[in-house]
Amino acid sequence: MALLQITEPGMSTAPHQHRLAVGIDLGTTNSLVATVRNGIAVVLSDGKGRSLLPSIVRYKADGSVDVGYAAQGAQSADPRNTIVSVKRFMGRGLKDVSHIESMPYDFLDAEGMVRLRTAAGVKSPVEVSAEILKSLRARAEASLGGELVGAVITVPAYFDDAQRQATKDAATLAGLNVLRLLNEPTAAAIAYGLDNSSEGVYAVFDLGGGTFDISILKLSRGVFEVLATNGDASLGGDDFDQRVYCWILDDAKIRFPSIEDTRHLLLKAREAKEMLTSHDEAPIHAALRTGEQVNLTLKIDTFADITKNLITKTLAPTRKALRDAGLTVDDIKGVVMVGGATRMPQVQRAVAEYFKQEPLTNLDPEKVVALGAAMQANVLAGNRAGADDWLLLDVIPLSLGLETMGGLTEKVIPRNSTIPIAKAQEFTTFKDGQTAMSFHVVQGERELVSDCRSLAKFELRGIPPMVAGAARIRVTFQVDADGLLSVSAREMTSGVEASIRVKPSYGLTDDEIAGMLKESIDNVGDDVQARNLREQQVEAQRLIEAVEAALAADGGLLRVEERTDIDEEIASLKKRIAGTDHRAIKAGIDSLNAATQDFAARRMDQGVKRALTGHKVIELKL
Amino acid sequence: MSVTMTEKAAKHVANFIAKRGKGVGVRIGVKTSGCSGMSYKLEFADEAAPEDIVFESHGVKVLVDPKSLPYVDGTELDFAREGLNEGFKFNNPNVKDQCGCGESFNV
Repeated sequence: MALLQITEPGMSTAPHQHRLAVGIDLGTTNSLVATVRNGIAVVLSDGKGRSLLPSIVRYKADGSVDVGYAAQGAQSADPRNTIVSVKRFMGRGLKDVSHIESMPYDFLDAEGMVRLRTAAGVKSPVEVSAEILKSLRARAEASLGGELVGAVITVPAYFDDAQRQATKDAATLAGLNVLRLLNEPTAAAIAYGLDNSSEGVYAVFDLGGGTFDISILKLSRGVFEVLATNGDASLGGDDFDQRVYCWILDDAKIRFPSIEDTRHLLLKAREAKEMLTSHDEAPIHAALRTGEQVNLTLKIDTFADITKNLITKTLAPTRKALRDAGLTVDDIKGVVMVGGATRMPQVQRAVAEYFKQEPLTNLDPEKVVALGAAMQANVLAGNRAGADDWLLLDVIPLSLGLETMGGLTEKVIPRNSTIPIAKAQEFTTFKDGQTAMSFHVVQGERELVSDCRSLAKFELRGIPPMVAGAARIRVTFQVDADGLLSVSAREMTSGVEASIRVKPSYGLTDDEIAGMLKESIDNVGDDVQARNLREQQVEAQRLIEAVEAALAADGGLLRVEERTDIDEEIASLKKRIAGTDHRAIKAGIDSLNAATQDFAARRMDQGVKRALTGHKVIELKL
Repeated sequence: MSVTMTEKAAKHVANFIAKRGKGVGVRIGVKTSGCSGMSYKLEFADEAAPEDIVFESHGVKVLVDPKSLPYVDGTELDFAREGLNEGFKFNNPNVKDQCGCGESFNV
């Protein structure tokens, strides 16, 4: 007969109606699937009792696919068709992927996302990720004895719209119903926050295989809120292996090792690193193809010494995240450790020293994200009583905004806003009789659109002709719980509407995000300058157009020398617009304004006269 | 009249309750539903109701409401592993026939 699980009181399901839901940590190096069973979150293992699934997919010429350990074995024999770390390509264009030249794949630049040419045909990163998800789904269904109603899949907090969408597409392709995309640090906090039911501000310190992320989260009354995130996209456990590897080469005086020897020594380096988490020294023995023998002992002090600055490198983003959140170390109530690399004692020590407290390590740092995702999936699938229900708030990594006249960015939703969120702002027309408006949605912190990432463009047509500034166009930005953006624009008097679901052609790399954030801080002065300049340029342009329109209509009201004066002012202002001195433009605007003051007054008189001519006083409703 | 657990089942239940952090035992019952008329209820019990009949095996309490008892009397709850799947099994002597998967039954 069927195997039953113990449910929460009153939550028994009808037969054949189990709400089986899982949490999936779709990692760069390894992936995991977890579920809540008998009230407890557990990671599901494969038939051999292994909980990790290496995020590796191998395409074979007969069209079949190997995933995980089976693919890992073929990595060196068939590198071109064995895709590792596909997460780095999700939602990215060819030019977004760093170090692409050192990768063994046959890349194709396609619209939107990079593609990989394999023995089984051209594959997109979405398809490759879908293979990993399919494998996890099969494992989950075999373990739970039924079909899944849905899954919560975790993504890095800094993943942009394109990367989130790509992740969602991969899940759909794998036949998974996505209950929600969840930020990885938030998942870790869930795993700890609910198990230990403690409230306060927490830091999530995630040092994985190749990436480092720090997140500041606030937990209160069962509500999770991400206050800030930061990190380093190219810092992880692998860098520690690399340091040990270099030390081996140095100490054993090995020069230019072959690719096989390099791989072999890197493996030994990793073993030594792992051994040092519980021992004071680790022996390193290796026989190289050249016949050389390596017999070394790595002492923990030496290891600490050669990896010291890697640990220091984690602290700068940590400081920045705290500053972004407007907090100090003293505000942090607990530090959650995520990622296998946080098992290293000196990492734990450095974190403890910086935060002036021992980090939380009682859950397995490699599993904690999947466990939290499983707990969230359990809630979303409806397996918990209403009273325990909890809400989840996440954050937008970079500000979302629109391009306004002059190539300026108008931020609509600022960075670190919690999602889901909807914000509206009113815009207006720039020219008389303007019937259409084009919207350019951008993401980034800089003042100029050209320095931000373009996400999407759309147009609102059918605006009734009105004088400049009279139309009221309400633009609404909405970011759903998965962090996906839709933008709509509506002209308020006529009700015409246009909207777009932002599925950007490609995303920002995390390096870019980090870079863009840094630039915005470095360039505050420049940006203010640039903004002033653009504002004055736009204002001058507007004034010239207004004056020229008036001259065309009522130029006859001016004497010749008056007309020459105004024309000269216009010409001078036009020249200044082309320059970069916003003060000069401002002066030009003021002087054109002054030169046209009489003209404006005469036009007004004439307008009044026209309106009154032929009417008796009695007809006027004064 | 009794409802019992195998030692293995009792150990798992005790472990689950400990990790869950609360609960006095496990509640067993039946519901009228499913393709063969009735189905089992297997839940954590946060407190015993006054009318509950409480059994104890291997130190773990099993709570049964009086209406369900006739249908589950003599049942032994076991914990089993089938491939990657694992969970609880009802060995219920009252069952005359059950649906293919055994999730619902008739007495």
